[in-house]
Amino acid sequence: MFSSSSSPPWLRTVSLGVGAILASVFAFILFSALAALLRGVEWEFFGAVWSPREEKFGLLPMIYGSLILSFSALALGWVLSLGCCCTLRGLGPRWLAKILLTSLRFMTAIPTVVYGFAAVFLLVPVIRSAFGGSGFSWLAAAVMLALQGVPAMTLTMDGALQSIEEQTSLTAAALGLTPVQHLTWVVLPASKKWLLSSALLGYGRALGDTLLPIMLAGNAPQFAASPLESLRTLTAHIGLTLSTGAGGGERSSLLLAGGLLLVNSMIVSLTARALAGRGPAA
Amino acid sequence: MVKKLLSAVILLTLFGFSASASPLDPFRGMKGSLDIAGGTAHIPVMKQAAQNIMTFNPDIRITVAGGGSGVGVQQVGEGIAHIGNTGRPLKPEEMEKYGLVTHPFAIDGVAVAVHPSNPVKALTSAQVADIYSGKITDWSEVGGTPGAINVFGREDGSGTRDNFTEKVLGKQTIASSVNVVSSNGAMKTALSRDVRGIGYVGIGYLDDSVAGVTLDGVEPTQENAAKGTYSVVRYLYMNTKGQPEGLTAAFIDYIYSPEGQKIIEEDGYIPLPRK
Repeated sequence: MFSSSSSPPWLRTVSLGVGAILASVFAFILFSALAALLRGVEWEFFGAVWSPREEKFGLLPMIYGSLILSFSALALGWVLSLGCCCTLRGLGPRWLAKILLTSLRFMTAIPTVVYGFAAVFLLVPVIRSAFGGSGFSWLAAAVMLALQGVPAMTLTMDGALQSIEEQTSLTAAALGLTPVQHLTWVVLPASKKWLLSSALLGYGRALGDTLLPIMLAGNAPQFAASPLESLRTLTAHIGLTLSTGAGGGERSSLLLAGGLLLVNSMIVSLTARALAGRGPAA
Repeated sequence: MVKKLLSAVILLTLFGFSASASPLDPFRGMKGSLDIAGGTAHIPVMKQAAQNIMTFNPDIRITVAGGGSGVGVQQVGEGIAHIGNTGRPLKPEEMEKYGLVTHPFAIDGVAVAVHPSNPVKALTSAQVADIYSGKITDWSEVGGTPGAINVFGREDGSGTRDNFTEKVLGKQTIASSVNVVSSNGAMKTALSRDVRGIGYVGIGYLDDSVAGVTLDGVEPTQENAAKGTYSVVRYLYMNTKGQPEGLTAAFIDYIYSPEGQKIIEEDGYIPLPRK
């Protein structure tokens, strides 16, 4: 790789340019969110009721929806990913690991709309007939978001585990550890940091996904108390409200929703960086 | 030689005659592209018209996109589309901000719809309003098979939603628990698979997969909408920035022509004469 002193000038110019463009996009989103917030004091953006007909533009149900959906999808997806990862790293039979790896690689290439479409026709009716409700629910969206996040999380975990495994395998063998003992007592504890940063990656993806919540979560702007209830995320809210007329509270609420999402993912990626920067775990 | 010339003359005469009779004639020799966006109820009409025109003159390219009434206003207002469709009248501030000219061309009814196997075939406006505001939550309260009602609505900015809200809901507020889908097509997908669902779609969208509910004793058909007995109706509009010119004007003229009116009728709407 290039060190900064030896990199050619054109490369530095390009990276500066890209950096500047990105920074201006961030600045634009944050400033317009702030402007919307200041202009729309009477619109009660942090209120609990979204009802444009009554001039109430509360985003709280969507903030709540985004948070609970992405956390639940992450919890489910992370556990699945850890399981997949352990299977890949020797807890499962070799043939299973091979199939799993191939299908995970394949899954990364499937667009979310395909997951959403399949779930509308397969998962939603199952939830509807098994548990009641309309089927368009927190549960449906969480399951699909979790599945969608598994390949990226598993492959990240797997990469880290593999390198730690290679570093420690001789020592472990010398100590007389079986491969399974090696994995559970040495490799997994040593890769805590990576397991955590893969969780942050998964969280960011679950929070940012728009299509799956729009297609599956039902989009009711309410505080869902049970996994069978309908909820609306900030991303789905932007997608659904985009078609409203210019000006007014709806439009401003969109800008604010964008700003909130950006701030949230900034927090996530800064946390991830801070964790990754803490040097290799002992 | 003479024979050849004669047949050419005959052919030319015939061709010329048939062309002068066609409402597509103004498109002869035109070039360029026309972008249409907005209301989803308009799409079948726009697509058929576009196809006829592009078959007649392949030098013309017409694109038809959806997005909803709000997107229609925005795109035509900001010059991204030449025609922005809305399923609701323009708001005064929209007309003022963008200098839009509106062209109503069809009447569409909005029907309350349920799964075809639902035994409830008729409702009153008051019952529907109570269902959407969350006062009625079980089918047994309106004479159906006991079971929770799954209520579906459309997104803010949808012309279908505006029409339904204004004509059926009146002053009642939509409950926050109502599910939201983002197009007439998505509404049909949701309702056709949910025996306990209720929603609303443009009458043109009713078919075997979703059943229209008789509202206040009137069946939701385009005939009843045209007669004025069915009250949940709306106009469909094309909107242009300023007076239309060139290809845009020709397209709008074509929609108002007898051939355009036929397309409108075939898609289940009622054509409106140019005002």
